[in-house]
Amino acid sequence: MILAHLPALEVVVPLIAAPLTLVLRRASIAWALTTAACAISFVVALLLAVEVARGGPISYAIGSWAPPWGIEYRVDALSSFMLVLVSGIATVVAPYALRSVATELRGGQGTLLYTMFCLCVAGLLGMSITGDAFNLFVFMEIASLSSYVLIALGRDRRALLASFQYLILGTIGATFFVIGVGLLFLKTGTLNLADMADRLHGESTDRAVRAALAFIVVGMSLKLALFPLHLWLPNAYTYAPSTVTALLAATATKVSVYVLMRFYFDVFGLHLLTRVLPMQDILMGLSILAIVTASLVAVWQTDLKRLFAYSSVAQIGYITLGIALGTREGLTAAIVHLFNHGITKGALFLLLGLVAYYTGRTPISSVRGLARSMPLTTFGITLAGLSLVGVPGTAGFVSKWTLVLAAFEADQWWLGGIVVATSLIAVAYVWRFVEAAYLSAPAVPSPVPRDRPLSMVVPAWILVGACIWFGFDTSYTVDAARRAATLLLEAAQ
Amino acid sequence: MKGFLVLRIVAKMLIPYILVFALYVQFHGDYSPGGGFQAGVIAAAAIMLYGLIFGLPSARRLVPDAVVETMVGLGVLIYAGVGLVGLALGGNYLDYFVLARDPVAGQLRGIFWVEIGVAITVSGVMLKIFYMFAGRRRRDDTR
Repeated sequence: MILAHLPALEVVVPLIAAPLTLVLRRASIAWALTTAACAISFVVALLLAVEVARGGPISYAIGSWAPPWGIEYRVDALSSFMLVLVSGIATVVAPYALRSVATELRGGQGTLLYTMFCLCVAGLLGMSITGDAFNLFVFMEIASLSSYVLIALGRDRRALLASFQYLILGTIGATFFVIGVGLLFLKTGTLNLADMADRLHGESTDRAVRAALAFIVVGMSLKLALFPLHLWLPNAYTYAPSTVTALLAATATKVSVYVLMRFYFDVFGLHLLTRVLPMQDILMGLSILAIVTASLVAVWQTDLKRLFAYSSVAQIGYITLGIALGTREGLTAAIVHLFNHGITKGALFLLLGLVAYYTGRTPISSVRGLARSMPLTTFGITLAGLSLVGVPGTAGFVSKWTLVLAAFEADQWWLGGIVVATSLIAVAYVWRFVEAAYLSAPAVPSPVPRDRPLSMVVPAWILVGACIWFGFDTSYTVDAARRAATLLLEAAQ
Repeated sequence: MKGFLVLRIVAKMLIPYILVFALYVQFHGDYSPGGGFQAGVIAAAAIMLYGLIFGLPSARRLVPDAVVETMVGLGVLIYAGVGLVGLALGGNYLDYFVLARDPVAGQLRGIFWVEIGVAITVSGVMLKIFYMFAGRRRRDDTR
């Protein structure tokens, strides 16, 4: 009986955990509940992934109102991939939160962080699982509003300003999205994504549909921090609590990319994107700008969290570049990089949180000689940094390799060149950390290695391990991504 | 405001009626404009009026912060709980058809509890916002 309701439980478990943490009012209980809820969601996501791989897409009617009238939860190859990523990252980050939050937050706000953490995870999972355009908007607002609060909880007062900037830009993004959905509803009379796609295909070129496409693409680009619309991201990542940065960097923008892909290929279709409007060319231009500019900006940063935040903007460029290619291989590369970049950035920000646990902040000067006092942490950041560059044997290599192959296959040789050249810029910014941590003398020598506490080191290293594991074993990532890409392209024809 | 006799008397006279009106809006929401959200706001407005006339400390004594925060979570729990009851009775999540033998009566029963959850959470959130804004001191700004 329970098995039939897995799609609902996936979202409902963290959604119920959120008010429970608020009612129970004790930070330790809230933490335990959050961890349990995330773990249950992860197990459910894995079960769903197995089920989908075996029996095809699952449809679940919320409230037993049949789709397309009621809200449908729809799990297919792509959404189950996202569910595994989001719930998996949340499950790793939640145990880490206990000590990190206790040191970084003022008393009494810890519980609030867990409430918002659960809400944010529920929102992100809901965005990935729902098959209803307006329900997607509601979950997007749940995830966004909770992430504004999460960012504002940072101990630096600038976190408030960063959160406010994100609030304004995020709200504009969400408004644009819902205007787009409204136009589509006007045109098709339905909110169910699959139904909408059926009704649009074939005659999807009139002005209302083109306007809807423009609104949705701009709105989601704000949310996923595509290059000229990324201004909220560096401050938000820099000043948020470490736990929050790791969660958001690894999941939030990725889910927005997922939503963009859903609308791009499922609803609008390739005809509109390539023949009617030059969407793909615009997206490709912006992606290249994102990769080059943000990588260069990252090299000159003096704060490590900000450095890797700019690197995130660049990495999102690689993902959208794969989408812009519009081929099966390109999409596969984009989806693989969603996952691989998620675990890489998750690992990096968790390890930086460990540095911040001792130093408070993370300017590059704070990691001088870090290799002596925190050898494990330093080595972990270096490994994850290599994955960011795309060195063979790491997850980052797999996604870049897929992307370069996709570019060659689409006869865009120069794109492959850009990917390789910009990876060299990534070497430059990762080197800045390595130089400070390994080759500089520590400002204040620390006598004992302090890769402690274990509750923070272990989750971080699980993600570092994942970066290596998925660098060798691509059977899950690349295969699942290819299935998802095939599915998207079939829908887009 | 301690000295304003008329305000105090009128407020004391009005507050019970505001609360009763909140209940009316809540339970008559099926047949007339209203429902949980509106009722929650009206009920919170009664406490806010009390706070405006008799001072924030008395309002906080009447409805302490802990109660307000619990209300915020409790309402959502009632809503989500109705969904779980639907699951337990063999339907899908948030399935109200199975809540009574007659599906239409089930829908009514489901929405009744959901609206109560909405009213509690909305009331709690409104009061929390009021407490937080009213509780701010000028020194918070200049610090």
